[in-house]
Amino acid sequence: MRAVTWQGRHKISVETVPDPEIVNPRDAIIRVTSTAICGSDLHLYDGYIPGMRAGDIVGHEFMGEVVETGASSTLHRGQRVVVPFTISCGQCFFCEKQQYSACDNSNPSETRDASELMMGHAMGGAFGYAHLTGGYAGGQAEYVRIPYSDVGPVVIPDGLADDDVLFLSDILPTGWQAAVNADIEPGDTVAVWGCGPVGLFTIQSALLLGAGRVIAIDHFPTRLALAKKYGAEILDYTKVDVREALAEMTGGIGPDACIDCVGMESHGFTVDNILDQVKVKLLSSTERIHALRQAILACRKGGRLSIPGVYGGFADKFPLGQLMEKGLTVKSGQTHVQRYSGELLDMIQAGKFDTVSLISHHASLEDAADMYRHWHDEQDLYTKIVLKPGLAKGAVSALQEMEHA
Amino acid sequence: MSRSKNDLPDPLILAAAGAGIAVLATGAALWQRRRHRESRGQEETIATDAPHWTLDKTSSRALFGKSVLINRPRAELYAAWMPERFPEFMENVVAVDDLGEDVSQWTIKAPAGREVTLVNRITERVEDTSIYWQSTPASDIANSGEVRFTDAPAGRGTYVSLILAYDPPAGKVGRLAAKLLQREPEVQARRDLHRFKQLMETGEVTTNASPSARGAESPAEPHI
Ligand SMILES: NC(=O)c1ccc[n+]([C@@H]2O[C@H](COP(=O)([O-])OP(=O)(O)OC[C@H]3O[C@@H](n4cnc5c(N)ncnc54)[C@H](O)[C@@H]3O)[C@@H](O)[C@H]2O)c1
Ligand SMILES: [Zn+2]
Ligand SMILES: [Zn+2]
Repeated sequence: MRAVTWQGRHKISVETVPDPEIVNPRDAIIRVTSTAICGSDLHLYDGYIPGMRAGDIVGHEFMGEVVETGASSTLHRGQRVVVPFTISCGQCFFCEKQQYSACDNSNPSETRDASELMMGHAMGGAFGYAHLTGGYAGGQAEYVRIPYSDVGPVVIPDGLADDDVLFLSDILPTGWQAAVNADIEPGDTVAVWGCGPVGLFTIQSALLLGAGRVIAIDHFPTRLALAKKYGAEILDYTKVDVREALAEMTGGIGPDACIDCVGMESHGFTVDNILDQVKVKLLSSTERIHALRQAILACRKGGRLSIPGVYGGFADKFPLGQLMEKGLTVKSGQTHVQRYSGELLDMIQAGKFDTVSLISHHASLEDAADMYRHWHDEQDLYTKIVLKPGLAKGAVSALQEMEHA
Repeated sequence: MSRSKNDLPDPLILAAAGAGIAVLATGAALWQRRRHRESRGQEETIATDAPHWTLDKTSSRALFGKSVLINRPRAELYAAWMPERFPEFMENVVAVDDLGEDVSQWTIKAPAGREVTLVNRITERVEDTSIYWQSTPASDIANSGEVRFTDAPAGRGTYVSLILAYDPPAGKVGRLAAKLLQREPEVQARRDLHRFKQLMETGEVTTNASPSARGAESPAEPHI
């Protein structure tokens, strides 16, 4: 089959590789019909995630048609399913607590030692995301083996297009969990850093969960325009003093909840961020946490900090004293996708989310290398890319003329 | 065992102890080690509640323990811990042959395509609680072990603890075997214990077997 592979920093290539096989009774194999590129893939692309090996098949946002099932899979050939990016057994202590991304069985014993050494405990498994999370082949491919297929995949009812439901695999539940983790009370002001796909779903979720207003921060006009379309007030941090604006908009107290949808590659020409960049270049630190620092300083006393943005290790100049003195509550984590799948599918069918208008491009799987480059270099124009194994090479379609903020 | 007790350093006492008294010997070995350190360092110490998890370098612990939480009832796990089933979840155990009278022969995969044979006797079973074993003189490596099952709190299942001791052996086969085992016996024990957990909780041993663009790998085999 054809598959998108990571070959090194900024090196993505589409290769012919062996087809996956059923290995365990609970496995299923799906033929991929749609697979998206995520902000998390950007961290891999930039080489910030430890434990990648040249030749790894990437991709963790995908859906498709069941083509083969193991003896104890509950799926049937021909069913259309969206697959959560987290691989979860459903039966361990963590899965029973619905902390699916912490599954204690999905990271196999071959890879869990390194993960344990680095994080203190072995992380749960995930598709296409380095060997610290199990070293499973990803979904930017024609076919994928799905372990524990009786637990994760969401069977999609007829009549829903791929674009309507694909993001159940990651960014929709991630935005939802980010807002749930902010413990929003009716009327709250919620500030969201980053208007990438995760931020955009966080904005929609925060409003659905009762936020009085959502203030979104980014610098790309197209992304800010989408944020506005989904109901947020917007701040361009290249033009606005973000902390002053947030304080002024809340009578001086600051937002009740702050959500970091940026992660480890924060942009911006501020002193702390430039220092972080130098350190990252010298490999003495992996994180650029400028947005997170700003969120901690901006948040109201006793407020909530939710961190869906991905970080990989140790960070410098973390405002710990500020966090403590202000008495903030912090919630974070990889998304427990399986916990939210059912209710979010219902909400999509009830028309509560706009899951489609953030998609800027459809492209062939064969054009993945180009698409990664665009995703990295042209974040304003490329707000979300969906790869289709069925499309012919070069058949890229820009889905809409984006309006600018 | 034929060697006399006196010329062995303390961790080996366990291996030399003979059938039936593995528990006592474990206690003795621990006590000896602790006393050793006290006399060496002169410092006051207090016996902690974690006798097997000392600050000694992992590679120099000849006696060690690993525990794992398994979300299944104690009796079920006790019943499943049978030498016949070891090849299902012990990475290096390729075959177990029953020699009768609770003695079994474990064939262990060693580097360079070789094999090491352990001949172990189950010396004690405490229903739903613990199982002890001890090597016989026919074994390539003198070893003993204990697996213990205790209820975890609040319906979380069972804590399963595996405690192993072995005698770094002499002789050619022995050195080869030791090389295998000394590589990181603790790591091996932890991995095998984890495979047991996977098997008991999910019904299968987890594998990341999947394709890659690395020519040498098979999509049906796990990789690192
Ligand atoms: N927790 C999870 O399970 C999970 C799942 C998916 C993605 N993620 C993470 O969420 C983060 C966002 O994902 P995405 O797909 O939206 O990525 P993205 O790269 O498309 O979006 C990040 C956005 O942040 C903006 N940004 C950068 N610096 C900023 C700053 N200082 N202030 C405000 N905005 C700033 C960028 O302009 C960009 O629009 C990533 O770290 C990703 O890894 C986490
Ligand atoms: Zn993602
Ligand atoms: Zn689990």
